[in-house]
Amino acid sequence: MSKTKFILGCFDDPDEMMHGIENLQKNSIPIYDVYTPMPIHGIEAKLGIKDSRLGYAAFCFGCLGACVIFSIVYYTLVHDWPMNVGGKPSFSIPNFVPFTFEWTILFTAFGMTFTFFAATHLFPGRAPRVMDLRATDDRFIIAVDAKGNIPHDDITSLLKDAGAVEVKHNERKYVSYE
Amino acid sequence: MASHSESIIREPLITGKDITYARITNEVLLPVENKPNKAWWIGFTVAALGAMLWVVSISYTFWTGLGTWGLNKTVGWAWDITGFVWWVGIGHAGTLISAVLLIFRQNWRNSINRSAEAMTIFAVICAATYIVAHMGRPWLAYFTLPLPNQYGSLWVNWNSALMMDVFAISTYFSVSLVFWYTGLLPDIASIRDRASGLRRRIYSVLSFGWTGSVKTWQRFETVSLILAGISTPLVLSVHTIVSFDFATSLEPGWHTTIFPPYFVAGAIFSGFAMVQTLLLVTRKVLGLENYITMFHIESMNKIIMLTGSIVGVAYITEFFIAWYSQVEYEQYAFINRATGPYWWAYWSMMSCNVISPQLFWSKKLRTSIKFSWVLSIVVNIGMWFERFVIIVTSLHRDYIPSSWAMFYPTWVDVGVFVGSIGVFFTLFLLFIRVLPSVAMAEVKLLVKTSSEQAKKKLIDEGHLDPAHVQYYKESLIKYDSVDMSDYEKV
Repeated sequence: MSKTKFILGCFDDPDEMMHGIENLQKNSIPIYDVYTPMPIHGIEAKLGIKDSRLGYAAFCFGCLGACVIFSIVYYTLVHDWPMNVGGKPSFSIPNFVPFTFEWTILFTAFGMTFTFFAATHLFPGRAPRVMDLRATDDRFIIAVDAKGNIPHDDITSLLKDAGAVEVKHNERKYVSYE
Repeated sequence: MASHSESIIREPLITGKDITYARITNEVLLPVENKPNKAWWIGFTVAALGAMLWVVSISYTFWTGLGTWGLNKTVGWAWDITGFVWWVGIGHAGTLISAVLLIFRQNWRNSINRSAEAMTIFAVICAATYIVAHMGRPWLAYFTLPLPNQYGSLWVNWNSALMMDVFAISTYFSVSLVFWYTGLLPDIASIRDRASGLRRRIYSVLSFGWTGSVKTWQRFETVSLILAGISTPLVLSVHTIVSFDFATSLEPGWHTTIFPPYFVAGAIFSGFAMVQTLLLVTRKVLGLENYITMFHIESMNKIIMLTGSIVGVAYITEFFIAWYSQVEYEQYAFINRATGPYWWAYWSMMSCNVISPQLFWSKKLRTSIKFSWVLSIVVNIGMWFERFVIIVTSLHRDYIPSSWAMFYPTWVDVGVFVGSIGVFFTLFLLFIRVLPSVAMAEVKLLVKTSSEQAKKKLIDEGHLDPAHVQYYKESLIKYDSVDMSDYEKV
């Protein structure tokens, strides 16, 4: 039994990496994840990843922000202490617009970004779960879980055929932990 | 797919031979991973001295009170609000580049958005210092928040444009900060994975544990697009609301409906000028000529020319409407601006903002780096004068001639203003030392499509219309970072 936990195909070109994904998929080898230094368009469709639902979250947070500030302005300006400004109506909606608009955007931005951080487990101090240190620099990494995917040499040759510059057989999942 | 070929007639966004992903990382991180050079230290020393002047001036203001400024009973707003509007305006370019150009899929934003956004944040910080300072008693700044106060249930006045300003500026600052920092995460992760020891620990915390997995990138792109979508109306709203500070008053020269669009155009105008001031020096000092190319410089100059023209039309419209309104106070305010005791400020504004950007119709001038830099300074000066003219000339001669006065700045006024420029440059210089000044991940996206080398490869392969190739080669002549001898034989 080999000690290899993960097989990493390291590519120096995004198109060759896409080719590598196709090669693995043709042979029904499940891909654990792909790490790239930049967003690669079309990769989600290939890996069958569903569209992000963050847009819905953003919309809901925006509505929440609008309701919150409109309520605050209404309560203070109309209900709790109506101010008499030359006898004009205190419930003057045009004056509410800038505040409602700003907080719609404020809540959308913060709500959506923090949802993104929470869903992706990003927060200050999180130990980076990096499989290859060059994945944030100039390498496009396809990670294959070694368990159950035997023989490993076939995976290696599939990745090499696609143009991988290096195929690593790692005994540790993450290299970034000290 | 990452690589479809881009049309040859589009000018390249990255120049240079043998650009690899690794080389982009190396070149962008050079100032971050190494000791700063002499030019940086000289700049930092000067900027830090300016920042110290700011600390002294602002401390003296807080300690003694607003009597240290040159304000009087008639001119109650002067350099403080001038400085505030000037800095907020400068901030607008960063959001415009990062948000509006993203929505319009202008790929040339990729290499300038990071530093422009940083500039936005530092400019808004400078602007915020003026708001707090001009309150006179900054420890009562919380009065602007909707808190029930100790005198009973009297709330803030939501009908006031100043209150709208508090909400606009604070939202703008915090949303810009979120946008900027989210965009920084992948690049901080690049630094982290190349560093060791304490540096690695620090950048590890700052990177939030970014890995660059497929799902992370997918969500990242969604977040960027939506943030861009909401930042676009936000940035337009901010200067609109700043202009409400004036437009909702009954002061002649302020009470005009043209103010919101005119202020927004002016803000973009001054913002791009400041981006040019910073980037033309930064690209040289940090050796980023291959990423911030002549195409970027020329594009920004075109925006300066366009927005400068909009501002010019607005000035003339204001003048026309003052006459057309037949309101004698309006008419006097404008005649007084152009021919009264502040004529020199008015004509400085006119020549810097309306006449000088028209020089950019000349291709030779707008592709000259030295000229662009000088003109960007001229525009910055002009836009400062614009705010000074609007504020001080409208105030200094009010409805009762016995209270007419002039405004003379004290050393504290000058210190706060010059000092805020020092604060701005100190922050910017620290930024380019510790964080990547170019969005590496976004620039890497362009290597296979919009770079000079990718296009050179297409030419070398043949199959292209020779007329298109000729057009492309002619468009490369203006670039200072392209070696034209490579194209002689092809």
